[in-house]
Amino acid sequence: MKRIGVFICHCGVNIAGTVNVKEVSEELSKYKGVVLSTDYVYMCSDPGQKLIIDSIKNHKLEGIVIGCCSPNLHESTFRNAVKKGGLNPYLCEIANIREQCSWVHVEKDVATTKAIKIVKSMVEKALRNKPLQPIKVPITKRALVIGGGISGIQATLDIANGGYEVILVEKSPSIGGHMIQLSETFPTLDCSQCILTPKMVEVSRHPNIKLMTYSEVQEISGFVGNFKVKILKKARYVREDKCTLCGECTKVCPIVVPNEFDLGLTGRRAIYIPFPQAIPPSYTIDPEACPGFFPIACGKCADVCEANAIDFDMKPEIVEEEVGAIVVATGYDLYSKEKIAEYGSGKYPDVIDGLQFERLLSASGPTMGKILRPSDHKEPKEVVFIQCAGSRDPELHNAYCSKICCMYTAKHAMLYKHRVPDGRAYIFYIDVRSAGKGYEEFVQRAVEEDGVVYLRGKVSKIFQENGKIKVWGVDTLTGKDVEIDADMVVLAMAIKPSKGAQELAKKLKIAIDRDGFFSEVHPKLRPVESPTAGVFLAGAAQAPKDIPEAVAQASGAASKVLALFSSEQLYHDPIIAEVNEEICSGCKLCISVCPYDARVYDKEKNIVTVNEILCEGCGACVSACPSGATQQHNFTDEQICSMINAILS
Amino acid sequence: MRKEIFEPKIVCFACKWCTSAGADLAGTLRFKYKPNGIIIKIMCSSRVDPQHVLWAFKQKADGILIGGCHPGDCHYQNGNLKTMRRVMLLKKLLNDFGVEPERLHLEWISASEGKKFVKTMDNFIEKIRKLGPLK
Ligand code: FES
Repeated sequence: MKRIGVFICHCGVNIAGTVNVKEVSEELSKYKGVVLSTDYVYMCSDPGQKLIIDSIKNHKLEGIVIGCCSPNLHESTFRNAVKKGGLNPYLCEIANIREQCSWVHVEKDVATTKAIKIVKSMVEKALRNKPLQPIKVPITKRALVIGGGISGIQATLDIANGGYEVILVEKSPSIGGHMIQLSETFPTLDCSQCILTPKMVEVSRHPNIKLMTYSEVQEISGFVGNFKVKILKKARYVREDKCTLCGECTKVCPIVVPNEFDLGLTGRRAIYIPFPQAIPPSYTIDPEACPGFFPIACGKCADVCEANAIDFDMKPEIVEEEVGAIVVATGYDLYSKEKIAEYGSGKYPDVIDGLQFERLLSASGPTMGKILRPSDHKEPKEVVFIQCAGSRDPELHNAYCSKICCMYTAKHAMLYKHRVPDGRAYIFYIDVRSAGKGYEEFVQRAVEEDGVVYLRGKVSKIFQENGKIKVWGVDTLTGKDVEIDADMVVLAMAIKPSKGAQELAKKLKIAIDRDGFFSEVHPKLRPVESPTAGVFLAGAAQAPKDIPEAVAQASGAASKVLALFSSEQLYHDPIIAEVNEEICSGCKLCISVCPYDARVYDKEKNIVTVNEILCEGCGACVSACPSGATQQHNFTDEQICSMINAILS
Repeated sequence: MRKEIFEPKIVCFACKWCTSAGADLAGTLRFKYKPNGIIIKIMCSSRVDPQHVLWAFKQKADGILIGGCHPGDCHYQNGNLKTMRRVMLLKKLLNDFGVEPERLHLEWISASEGKKFVKTMDNFIEKIRKLGPLK
């Protein structure tokens, strides 16, 4: 029988406060196979680890069980220590007596009894553990970035400049994301397009970047270092390589639909380019708006296209790619105005959202940067800005703070005052959150230099009357009701994860939080990693973020990818399936349950083997095996049954 | 005379990625629940073999709780669906063995559902308490 050492951690009072650690270690010292059972105040500390290392030598230990916190926290710490002590790390097991015992129970005797059983069950496992070696797997040094906004662009460029190939997939016809829609950015008032377009051009010219716009990720399989991706390349019906951007086609196209780039403030044709600096520089036919080309119903665009770029026979394509790492940068959408009944449910044309106001401010926008309200194109003289529209409202809308609205609203009001100096700007706010370099000063500038009026309080109702938009609110600082006859209202709508994020999360097998944003592994210490190895997060897809933060996280994600690619080989957990050739009868049941095609029939021997690289170690084939020929390393039937015994004894 | 309360013995199989992580979260949040169940952490709920379940009942487990990821969230694509089918089959089998099928329960509990883990465990323990010890 193996010589087992048991170490019980007090974790200060975290464990010892509810579990009688001395009793646990004493009880365990009587258990079969256990030749050493002891306890220590912090097993994860240096002296704690040294205790393990020394004990391995002094007591000739062949298996280790540590009763401590969740293996998610310190399993690798202890396995490394065990390795230092000269034992195979897979001979070390963690008995979780903190998260699953001391923290969830109150009575000491009850918690102690349970802790004893937990540790005993792990001793049973440790008695039967085999030394294992991590499995070497090759790594494909190419990355996939999903989403072509500023975060995706930044991550793509960083990885490409690091010397590796990147595929950038964007679902709309051009990269640029929301940032390209913005006018000027806080707090420096840099022109958003001017700072973004050089990066977009770099993406299109970079030899390491394969840009796939108007494309969507359909299917992802595989694992870190070895993902297989299927990408749907939608048909643009215009040949990117031929289109010269002459624009003759839009002049003859008879169809007008709302322009999504201007958020419906203007119209566009069925054949269109989202904005002049679009990358790739090409027109696109919107198949839903076009009257149809099977058979061709109109065809006017093709008649005038001198470059012969229009191709009605273009078909959507599925492109398959192999990549080693994935960065998810799918960004955000705004919470819909329709959802807020008090603010008119989106039915008043002059109640617009923040992105629409950006388009009004933008020099390339529908009004060439003039502030003209949508309903009658008059210059509004009284504008009310409302922060936290749909944010910080757990009862009706979203509980979280959308983070960027305080700053962009200050910017909106400031830029409005620059364009309409005799106009008046009011901002309703709950708090002004302006933490960031130069941010507080920016807000002060809006108040002091531009005379923006900040009113602390919530707006209870907005409605239209006599050509004005009545805004009813309360100023909680003076305690007075406020009524403003506004010409236009701008709502700082909450930031939501972009449409399709949930579906993508399923495809990637990564988690989303209760608000729909992608979850990071650890909110503080691992903010750019998803729970799936090799999948990283960047930008507002993970939480609301402003541009500098999104860029920083994108570079963080890119550096994680580069670090991954800097190793020659990856190591794969060896907790995989193994087959006993003598017993296997070649019934192939395992093949039908394996999601990874890791079980392969060997005709000559009439057995089913395991492909070590493909096996992910779920154990499904083991429980499907009728003869017990297949076992999972260190999770054998014998181990599980003896653990059951220990629990029920 | 005070009647002794029956304390059922529960074996809980929990997959590493969701349910066991959910149980960890319950701990981190310091939720309290009844101590009758002990977790065996496996990689995926699909590792639960019918023979483990039968073995546990043979060893006088009063109830068996299996926790896996929500459909679509299994770390190994669809292991949890295999578990679901296996559990349905097992329940039929248990009837033949004279074990009430309710003693076996499958629940989807994600890594973020600490509360759900606690509720599931407490409710299951209560249910088994009412059923009484395994005959
Ligand atoms: S990993 Fe949780 S059920 Fe498969």
